[in-house]
Amino acid sequence: MNEKRMLDDQHYETMLAEESLCTKENLVYETPAEALYDTPMHYCPGCGHGVVHRLLAEVIEEMEILHDVIGVAPVGCSVLAYNYLNIDMSEAAHGRASAVATGIKRVLPEKYVFSYQGDGDLAAIGTGETIHTCNRGENVLIIFINNGIYGMTGGQMAPTTLPGMKSTTSPFGRDVDTMGAPLKITDLVAELPGTYYVTRQSVHKPANVRKTKKAIMKGFEYQKLGKGTCFVEVVTNCPSNWKMTPLDSNTWMEENMLPFYPLGDIKVPQKGEN
Amino acid sequence: MKELKLMKGNEALAEAAIRAGCDAYFGYPITPQSEVLEYLSREADSRTGMTVLQAESEIASINMVYGAAGAGKKVFTSSSSPGMSLMMEGISYIACAELPCVLINVNRGGPGLGTIQPPQADYFQAVKGGGHGDYKLIVLAPSTVQEMADFIGLSFDLAFKYRTPIMILTDGALGQMMEKVELEPQQERSKVELEWATTGRKNGNGRVITSLHLKPDEMEELNLHLQKKYREIEANETRYEAINCDDADYIITAYGLVARICQKAADLAREKGIKVGVFRPITLFPYPYKELAELASKTKGILDVEMNAGQMVEDVRLAVDGKVPVEFHGRMGGIVPSPEEILHKLEEKLAGGAA
Repeated sequence: MNEKRMLDDQHYETMLAEESLCTKENLVYETPAEALYDTPMHYCPGCGHGVVHRLLAEVIEEMEILHDVIGVAPVGCSVLAYNYLNIDMSEAAHGRASAVATGIKRVLPEKYVFSYQGDGDLAAIGTGETIHTCNRGENVLIIFINNGIYGMTGGQMAPTTLPGMKSTTSPFGRDVDTMGAPLKITDLVAELPGTYYVTRQSVHKPANVRKTKKAIMKGFEYQKLGKGTCFVEVVTNCPSNWKMTPLDSNTWMEENMLPFYPLGDIKVPQKGEN
Repeated sequence: MKELKLMKGNEALAEAAIRAGCDAYFGYPITPQSEVLEYLSREADSRTGMTVLQAESEIASINMVYGAAGAGKKVFTSSSSPGMSLMMEGISYIACAELPCVLINVNRGGPGLGTIQPPQADYFQAVKGGGHGDYKLIVLAPSTVQEMADFIGLSFDLAFKYRTPIMILTDGALGQMMEKVELEPQQERSKVELEWATTGRKNGNGRVITSLHLKPDEMEELNLHLQKKYREIEANETRYEAINCDDADYIITAYGLVARICQKAADLAREKGIKVGVFRPITLFPYPYKELAELASKTKGILDVEMNAGQMVEDVRLAVDGKVPVEFHGRMGGIVPSPEEILHKLEEKLAGGAA
């Protein structure tokens, strides 16, 4: 442990010792105590997964659906999501989370079912399952974390990697002529009749975090009404595999990812529909 | 009350599944088993409210099965050889996550796209693994349309007893042929919530269905647990049929449809004065090694007959352990051997024309 870190820790402990600070009036944030385990996450510093997990936990607690929700984890960085979300969960094979969610929802139609998937999982190996789940209008919520890279396997090119973006398997930058263009799967599923609510959000700024939370909540609310598939993309960063500091990665994301994947609702319920 | 009907094998098993109180079926059309999905699409929902969904692929089907099985429901799928190959990854996950479900493989000839005619070429895939990792399926091999129906209820019982996937390994001929079948009465669908099933968190922490165990000691522990379960299955669930084996000089070993043809061959042999019995394993895993070994030791030789290049014969040889000669006769490509052909091979390879 370096000297600065030790000083920081000391400072933190002194702060905590000042009990006068820890009053209800001063409370700005409380961890969702029921739906989220009080445990360190394996995610890299600055990664968006932790924030989205926490939002999910908050929504589950606020909607009081803790005992009625079943989540499906993907293969990818969030494969261990069930170590953090204290709810019933199933861990799917790579790309098949939406098929697993379909299986669960079809036999437990009264429950809330969601899949949580990364870009490689949802938009490469699982493209078929994603499109057909959305096309059937399965009453599930699909949460899609798009950071334009394969995180867990160590920074390979993803279906959503930007043109010219470097990865370990596109070391000279993604060449669209030979590697294809990035797949905007969210825009694609929005075209399908089965999807009811399709949106693209981020969690890199407090205002965006709030919007993402609202989107997740809407997804569950529409599911309760049996409206069809709700699809929430969250554009995130990957500091480790983008080889940037968390702060730089957020700036890079704003300057490069967001112009290509613009934030906002892509498909919303028509007037008088909900 | 039981009911007698004339049915195709594929339809009989679909009907038996509805009557067994099955909750869900996920499948994809492939010849020669599409009647299962067709029959269920017509019959199931209106009678029991059972979920029937035509998936976009066999890969999606097996993962839907994984999801529904994880919710503790009675769920099954069916396919034929190439489709079953596509399911293998999912089956490995299901075995590791210890989920109960029933898989039906109505074999067609391979390799590759092959033919739609009946072979038994998927024995190795079904019995020795198929997907990745050390796991086993309980494999049942029906030889009549009646057994196609009867084995459904049995499979669900075994699947839930051991929390393991069961495969019914059959072929296109049994799937397509019509025979009379006695059907069990309708059972109600179960409303019991199983304590391990992910149906929404109860008191305690969230329940998890997974096949991921990153720590080597945990992965080994899980493997040891699975192996212990397989040994228990071997001890309790071995099933076979021995027909006229007690006084037999020669035994023909065969499973499924072929075992019935071999019975005819054995009858023809006895008419010629050659004492022949037929040994039919009903469970291919667990394999009746001990029972076959005991019977085989009293004979002069074994003829194994299969519709493949020689797959189960390896288990026959393991059982017999060199004590008597084991010969093999196989047909491939969907060609079904005739009783006369089998008798001829028996005489040629073992009985030496002796009458």
